[in-house]
Amino acid sequence: MDFFLSLVAILESTIRLSVPLLFAALAGLFTERAGVFDIGLEGKMLGAAFAAGAVAAVTGSVWLGLAAGILVSVALSLVHGYAAITQRGSQIVSGVAINFIVAGATVILGEAWFRQGGRTPALSGSARFQTIDLPFADALRGVPIIGPIYSELLSGHFLLTYLAFAMVPLTWWVLYRTRFGLRLRAVGENPGAVDTAGISVVWMRYRAVICCGILTGFAGAYLSLAMTAGFVKGMTAGKGYIALAALIFAKWRPVNVMFACLLFGFLDALSIRLQGNPLPLIGQVPVQFMQALPYLLTVILLAGFIGKAIPPKAGGVPYVKER
Amino acid sequence: MKKTLLGLLAFTLMSGAAFAADVKPAIIYDLGGKFDKSFNEGAFNGAEKFKTETGTAYREFEIANDAQREQVLRRFAGDGNSPIVMAGFNWAAALEKVSAEYPDTKFAIIDMVVEKPNVKSIVFKEQEGSYLVGVLAGMASKSKTVSFIGGMDIPLIHKFACGYVGGAKSTGKDVKVLEAYTGTTPEAWNDPVKGGEIAKSQFDQGSDVVYHAAGGTGVGVLQAAADAGKLGIGVDSNQNGLQPGKVLTSMLKRVDVAVYNAFKTAADGKFETGISNLGLKEDGVGYAVDDNNKALLTPEMTAAVEKAKADIIAGTVQVHDYMSDESCAY
Repeated sequence: MDFFLSLVAILESTIRLSVPLLFAALAGLFTERAGVFDIGLEGKMLGAAFAAGAVAAVTGSVWLGLAAGILVSVALSLVHGYAAITQRGSQIVSGVAINFIVAGATVILGEAWFRQGGRTPALSGSARFQTIDLPFADALRGVPIIGPIYSELLSGHFLLTYLAFAMVPLTWWVLYRTRFGLRLRAVGENPGAVDTAGISVVWMRYRAVICCGILTGFAGAYLSLAMTAGFVKGMTAGKGYIALAALIFAKWRPVNVMFACLLFGFLDALSIRLQGNPLPLIGQVPVQFMQALPYLLTVILLAGFIGKAIPPKAGGVPYVKER
Repeated sequence: MKKTLLGLLAFTLMSGAAFAADVKPAIIYDLGGKFDKSFNEGAFNGAEKFKTETGTAYREFEIANDAQREQVLRRFAGDGNSPIVMAGFNWAAALEKVSAEYPDTKFAIIDMVVEKPNVKSIVFKEQEGSYLVGVLAGMASKSKTVSFIGGMDIPLIHKFACGYVGGAKSTGKDVKVLEAYTGTTPEAWNDPVKGGEIAKSQFDQGSDVVYHAAGGTGVGVLQAAADAGKLGIGVDSNQNGLQPGKVLTSMLKRVDVAVYNAFKTAADGKFETGISNLGLKEDGVGYAVDDNNKALLTPEMTAAVEKAKADIIAGTVQVHDYMSDESCAY
């Protein structure tokens, strides 16, 4: 029973840690499926986290914070779109540029506005997301097995957590069951054909980039408004890149993306939990090994077990109408 | 006789004034930035105190990456700044090089020993301050389980952890201490999300008081403690105000005093190089009590921690220094 409760705690931690990865990876899914590679997920998340934290601190409203986060993230996406789609520049260079600009700009603006070394003031009350208890969570708490699973694991998360997991089937539906999704995928595989059919490739890609901006906005807001209470410089700590890895790992498919993000989140949660706790049979495991484990597993799994990850055919290539 | 004394006095005053005019102090912060509410902010406060007291301006710099260390150090030394105080152990390599190039410039480094003739090395006995907050944590804990979260996994941070374990265990042999580190790279100082997650994991394992020595990551730790209705313990600067009523105390490391003294002694012409090791006795470390945490400390706790403090100062209690043998004896 003790082991079971520990497992529930680890899985609960897994869910919390997976959410930003999930939002960011789904965001990447939209643009990359439309043929625009986006290495700037990290920067957009960071920008959104900052905007959300700053606006929520000033207005005291979590919703305005969320809106600001999404707005900034979409604006950054449009910059990337302008460089990569309209100007046909290198998508990688533009993405890296966004990462650098945001990493610097958030600290400078934060310092200028709040004088706390690039941090935004700590949020409390209605300025941050509160956890939601699902109905009957308290009543079921005492029930063995089901009780802990329902009241601890599934209940008591943030609204954005539930939204992140709801986005998975929604993304699948949009991509595979709507006309928009079909065109979006086509634009990433064979933009010439889409153009011949009389659909604007540029407009299609811009819409994909905007979808990406909205989702990274959620990811950033989750970091600064839900997981913690306020923005701290560099708080994304590489999550955008891990999300990209998850996307490749999942071969650009929505449901796989969810499992990849959950796996990465699980490994992270496990490494936290196992620190200082000896494993049965093996004994004390060095912290460094536990922290390297997610990356080791990624390499091993990518090398041998999931087969080849084939990106969208027109990914990374700007579309030129006539040569 | 009186005249000579007066003359002597006037001379010293004049020379003091002359020294004060000559001194061009500078401070360089580490990667955390000067408003980190922690280590670097302590250094900044010390420099500010010097400025308001003496009216002498100082020069400062916040580095943005490791590559700038040597550059800024050489620049400041070349411009005739002296003393140059560096906050953080990461400066050691750059300082070894530059201090040899500018033998007339006075340098001071905090948290690290650099053995050069013109360098003052200021280190703290963090284990002693951590021992005190450990005593408070052990007594405040209802579950008899307390925890520690370090930033980067380096010996200096283990030094905090070891003192804390010693203090907590001194309140009862059955006290359990959980220990975890955020990471092995400098990013570990700025990852509040992970810090909060580690804290939650420790709460799940029964801890109800968590002490962090993790820079910016600690903001997330204290937040998680406040959210979960547990107690946090701050570090370096007084962090009791970050989550009023939810921070049991803060382990004070008087970086501000160290910086102030370095500037002040240089201004008075009494700057001494060599190692100074500041502990409870020298008021270099301590624990914070203010309006935010007064209600959390019971008279018994205050009595116990004051007794521990007196014992350490008297030498009857020796707190183990992790750095001396790279292991924790508790």
